[in-house]
Amino acid sequence: MALSTEETGRLVALLGAQADRVTSRWTEIVTSSLRGRLSQAELRRQVQDLHSAIITTGEQGDFDLSADNAAELRAALSELSRGRARQGFSATETSISVFALKDVLAELVQESDGKGALHDYVAFAKLVDEMGLFTFDSFVRTRESLIADQAEQLLELSTPVVKLWEGVVAVPLVGTLDSARAQVVMERLLQTLVDTSSPYAIIDITGVPAVDTQVAQHILKTVVAARLMGADCIISGIRPQIAQTIVALGIEFGDIATKASLADALRHVLRLTGVETARRQPRRDA
Amino acid sequence: MERVPILKIGDILLVSIQLDMSDQTAVQLQEDLAERIVATGCHGVIIDITALDIVDSFVGRMLSTIASISRVLDAETVVAGMRPAVAITLVELGLSLNGIRTALNVERGMELIAAARADELDHQLDDDPDVETATP
Repeated sequence: MALSTEETGRLVALLGAQADRVTSRWTEIVTSSLRGRLSQAELRRQVQDLHSAIITTGEQGDFDLSADNAAELRAALSELSRGRARQGFSATETSISVFALKDVLAELVQESDGKGALHDYVAFAKLVDEMGLFTFDSFVRTRESLIADQAEQLLELSTPVVKLWEGVVAVPLVGTLDSARAQVVMERLLQTLVDTSSPYAIIDITGVPAVDTQVAQHILKTVVAARLMGADCIISGIRPQIAQTIVALGIEFGDIATKASLADALRHVLRLTGVETARRQPRRDA
Repeated sequence: MERVPILKIGDILLVSIQLDMSDQTAVQLQEDLAERIVATGCHGVIIDITALDIVDSFVGRMLSTIASISRVLDAETVVAGMRPAVAITLVELGLSLNGIRTALNVERGMELIAAARADELDHQLDDDPDVETATP
């Protein structure tokens, strides 16, 4: 959707003639829609950027948002929606910053009252719609990349492998275990086993809200892989409800040791490795 | 043809596989190992696969065969140093290397064989009434 040369000329003339009035009216409309969540000065700066980008585009040739001469305008629009998305504004609040230009144009066209004013307004409005949609697209893209980043961070955060004792490591699993996370957990655990040359690993599932066949499958795979490498796994932290679910689903843990708590699992491993723990006489303070 | 070297350390034979196994190398290794076990009277075999990037069903079967041959000759086989990526692949493929003991590294493997050997000797002592009476 492009404007013809005459239409472009009229648009530039209309916006350029009263630049100050256009930007202040535009800022005013946007400010009221955002209810003071951005400062007037900042909004004015953004609006002025857009305004000058539109005029530059029009001066360099026919107005077409996908053409080369609109690169600056596209950058300004992307910049605007990126900023809004990161600041937590809604899609409506973002796109209204662009759609407000329609109101301004309507007022200007009405005042000029020339021949074909309606025709011009319809053409301009279409262009503004296009700009709005472009804003919306980049808003969504920004949000999606934000979500992807967060998912990645979550993946890194949630799978620590801790050393409990000489030769004993533990993985406290927290949160739902999907395939991607299970893979990360498995790789990290196995690598830690090699790095620390620990023959025992405890997988603690206290923080896993639900165990279904898929989650069980992932845990079993990890245990089998650890066995192939010459390490033994103990599963601990099985809550009563989870134990019931496991039995109800008919999941078989076979000869894998399962313990109710992490403490039990550690005690079990210590017994296997021949470590004795003894309670000393408590010290009495005078 | 390339051959896999077999090293003798105390009572243990150490085989470190550092090249891609072909049919011929595998058969040669099995023959060599059987001969060395008989010749040296060793009771433990450690197969070190730290250098192997890929363990497929072929290598898996070779390891199983070697373990079986060694068992017949009264030697314990331990596969040592499997990489995490290899272990994950084996699990995904559904290969479980049945009947093979594994260890994280050669050192652990030697400990494992020593422990297994000690257990075995204990059992033999228990089974033999003459020895038991002789050692009160």
